[in-house]
Amino acid sequence: NSVGEGCTDLKREYDQCFNRWFAEKFLKGDRSGDPCTEFFKKYQTCVQKAIKEKDIPIEGLEFMGPSKEKADS
Amino acid sequence: MTNCLILFLQPSNHVLTEDIIFREVTPDNRLISRRLLTKTSRAPRWAEKFLPAHMAQKAFIIEDSIVDPESRSMTTLTWNITHARVMGIEERCVFRVNPDNNNWTEIKREAWISSNLYGISRAIQEFGLARFKSNVSKTMKGFEFVLARMQGETPTRTLAESATVKARETALAAKEKAKDLASQAQKKQYV
Repeated sequence: NSVGEGCTDLKREYDQCFNRWFAEKFLKGDRSGDPCTEFFKKYQTCVQKAIKEKDIPIEGLEFMGPSKEKADS
Repeated sequence: MTNCLILFLQPSNHVLTEDIIFREVTPDNRLISRRLLTKTSRAPRWAEKFLPAHMAQKAFIIEDSIVDPESRSMTTLTWNITHARVMGIEERCVFRVNPDNNNWTEIKREAWISSNLYGISRAIQEFGLARFKSNVSKTMKGFEFVLARMQGETPTRTLAESATVKARETALAAKEKAKDLASQAQKKQYV
């Protein structure tokens, strides 16, 4: 389910497209590009709006952020 | 709190929502993604006394991942973005093909547990660590079970069984110790 209640259908549509591309193309080294960008855009518009409305604090978090402070132990 | 095998096992009852909020294929053909998860948040009763009354029943978690199809490896970093002052857990998992045996996936899992609440941070860290250890063995057991079923075998007792018992004992001892530390801290405040 999506955190945005109205976004679950868009999410599932995107997930289906992504899973197919991921297993059949990406993992096999096929670099022909991502066919799911339209689904992704629609889904993201919906979910990012829901995240803002619910005040979920996702801003300013560096990718793989916390681990950067950890020395390799 | 969360486990890096969430991608491979059945969705847990505790996960309420799951969303990709960022995804990109890098120029060097790696897939990087960010997921937002909401999970039910369970605190043990002895800890509830110390938590603010309005503490939400939901926790938000971020999971960043990098998939490299060429090296056949995946790294995930998971951490909670709410409740972090009470107990912050970061978990980093690296999945790769075992260098000695092509048929094996090797999983390296590290966790950092922290708490900023004055006085009872150690109690919380002990609790978090014990729960993590217990979850690891539960997770390994679940993973082996799923794999055995996929391969058409009847799941038998696993190595993880003894690990589970040990983890349970450790968890029980840590729980007692944590309760003890917590009540000591509480006493200290009134001195």
